[in-house]
Amino acid sequence: MAQPDSPANQEAHWNKTTRLMWIHLGTWFFFGYVVHMFVIPLNKIVIPILGFPLGFYMAAQGSLIVFVVMLFLFARQQNQIDRDHGYAEDQ
Amino acid sequence: MATQSSTDASDAFYKQLGRMYGLYTGGFVAFIVLLAILEQVGVPNKVLGYLFVFFTLAVYAIIGVATRTAQLSEYYVAGRRVPAFYNGMATGADWMSAASFVGMAGSLFLLGYDGLAWVLGWTGGFVLVSILVGPYLRKFGAYTVPDFLSFRYGGNFARFLGVIVLVCCSFTYVTAQIYGTGLIASRFLGMQFELAVFAGLVGILLCAMLGGMRAVTWTQIAQYIVLIVAYLVPIVILSTQHYGIPIPELTYGKAILEITAREQQLVKDGLAVLCTQQACPPGTLRPHIQPFMNYTPLNFFGIIFCMMVGTASLPHILMRYFTTPSVKEARDSVAWSLLFIFLLYFSAPAYAAFSKLEVYTNIIGRDLNQIRPWLFNWGELGLIQVCGKNATNLETVLAACKAIAGHPGVMRFSDFVINTDVIVLSTPEIAGLPYVISGLVAAGGLAAALSTADGLLLAIANALSHDIYYKMIDPNAPTIRRLTVARVLLFFVAVASAALAATRPSDILAMVGWAFSLAMAGNFPALTLGIWWKRATTQGAIAGIIAGWGICLFYLVTTRYFPQAGVNYFGMSSLLNPETRQPLIDVAKVMADARWVADVPASAANPMANRVGWFDLNNINCGLLGMPLGFLVIYVVSLMTPEPSKEMQAFIDEIRKPRGRTVLEEKS
Repeated sequence: MAQPDSPANQEAHWNKTTRLMWIHLGTWFFFGYVVHMFVIPLNKIVIPILGFPLGFYMAAQGSLIVFVVMLFLFARQQNQIDRDHGYAEDQ
Repeated sequence: MATQSSTDASDAFYKQLGRMYGLYTGGFVAFIVLLAILEQVGVPNKVLGYLFVFFTLAVYAIIGVATRTAQLSEYYVAGRRVPAFYNGMATGADWMSAASFVGMAGSLFLLGYDGLAWVLGWTGGFVLVSILVGPYLRKFGAYTVPDFLSFRYGGNFARFLGVIVLVCCSFTYVTAQIYGTGLIASRFLGMQFELAVFAGLVGILLCAMLGGMRAVTWTQIAQYIVLIVAYLVPIVILSTQHYGIPIPELTYGKAILEITAREQQLVKDGLAVLCTQQACPPGTLRPHIQPFMNYTPLNFFGIIFCMMVGTASLPHILMRYFTTPSVKEARDSVAWSLLFIFLLYFSAPAYAAFSKLEVYTNIIGRDLNQIRPWLFNWGELGLIQVCGKNATNLETVLAACKAIAGHPGVMRFSDFVINTDVIVLSTPEIAGLPYVISGLVAAGGLAAALSTADGLLLAIANALSHDIYYKMIDPNAPTIRRLTVARVLLFFVAVASAALAATRPSDILAMVGWAFSLAMAGNFPALTLGIWWKRATTQGAIAGIIAGWGICLFYLVTTRYFPQAGVNYFGMSSLLNPETRQPLIDVAKVMADARWVADVPASAANPMANRVGWFDLNNINCGLLGMPLGFLVIYVVSLMTPEPSKEMQAFIDEIRKPRGRTVLEEKS
């Protein structure tokens, strides 16, 4: 592994960070917008037992749950990247 | 040695946080039980209401005074020692305003599916906070957002622009919160509006003035606990009553099915007229789950986008993440924040569904003699109208409907008009719960308004005292004077916004939505490019902030206050009805009408106010114009100007790495 403060290490760290950023932004865009563009066909599907139309459910709860889970996941992943490159605070 | 022992003492303080807030929550529940007993032995409702308000206010004030501080870093960023979990709760309270607590469920009631744009917009933005902005600003080590702009874009001009954007977004927002305390207390407790505003002001000042960020943090956590308990208790009980399961977020699916069935029945019985693509005037029924009947898809997705990006640009939210002990904890803290916010936002649609079901089954379609009595309480306050008159009692309702030719004596859909604020506030009565639960809801609404007001006020006062006074006017000011100036400014900003709120300005609630678009247009491009693009230059950022923020402000002011000028000189036209795609208003007719020609600036009653624009774009979405323009201008101007210095580029590398000292070290 490269030296903690070498430009190569710095660049590798930032490349990984940027990639993680785009992955999460993509997920955010999908659940924030793309899913809801299909609300009319999705509303034809009704969630069994609960009774929600799926399109409505995604906007009222589904996407929100994804956002919460995503943020905890992102915090872990970014922390892992920082640690791998020796930039975490507690090292 | 003295500092050593004080650190030990505060370490013990942080270790005991869980126990202290656990005890506090237990005490709060015991207090509710005590009031419930008092109600049973016959203490009047009004006394219970006052006890609720004054006891909770007193607790916040005690926390605020007990955590007062004379240290700069404690005052501005709570000493950067707030653990992620607790900062999450404090951010939750900071974020959820009177509009979220009281207004959101009402909007969902009124708008059905389209109202979910607000739910999505006010949650998804935290993804952007965590990924793009928050942790990097924490590493930078600023006291305020303009601090970062000034450092990154070399100089006080960028700082000054940052302060203008901040004050412009936050001042109307804080005024709306103080206005909210007045509304809640006057509706619920029958307090006089001005008196309630004053009580709210005292509560806010006691929390924020002596202890700054440190005191606001610990009170906001206490306020979060009150507001979330108050929000969830009524619908949990309602859900248990109706469906036998105490999880309203799962059971309201059934309520939605029932609402849909009931809507079809009402149309079939001739009690409601359906909004269709041929005709969709106000007063027609828009099915609850059907999308894009109140907002066009462009405006629906526009609201989601502007609220999300606005979240990641609002200084009073970003500065909460300056208070965590590390960059890692800042990220964790954003996740906790969203979890705590989510608890309220995914419950709001349940309120809307339960209320709508009640209205569609027990009010509309009923014989007028049989309507439920709970609505008369709200009719007396002018919040529910039946047949065009305030529904103060049964006789008034019968007389008002009789006056309409051919009225069948059964409540029709178009006869019933409800103010959206009633939805949350009336739920305890609909469920037949004792008054103590209503008092609890009022206390929750107040907590939501006060906590948001605290955060906003601190953001404004800190920008004025730190950025304007200390950084631009007197850089040699000693600590004591800086703190004094901060407190005096806080006091005056608070009094000014309370004075403005007491005049009941007509646009104040709409302005909260505007604040998001303005923050987004002014801050977002400069903040994100400042972190993610080393090539962004001072000139680029300054031009970008002015252009993006300027076009957004122009669009808001023109469409709201000078629609005639917008039509005459800037090529604006009427917005369209989302369902029929016909213009909402006949612009030529209004422009020819003598009543409106002289109406400059346009009053709220002017038919053109807020109803003209470009590309059928609602003015609340002006960030959609401003943000892309801001990005474009920063990009183009930056490429035309010389690349930032090597030191600046090294500095950007530094904020990208969590490890190491903060870039900006404040002497304290």
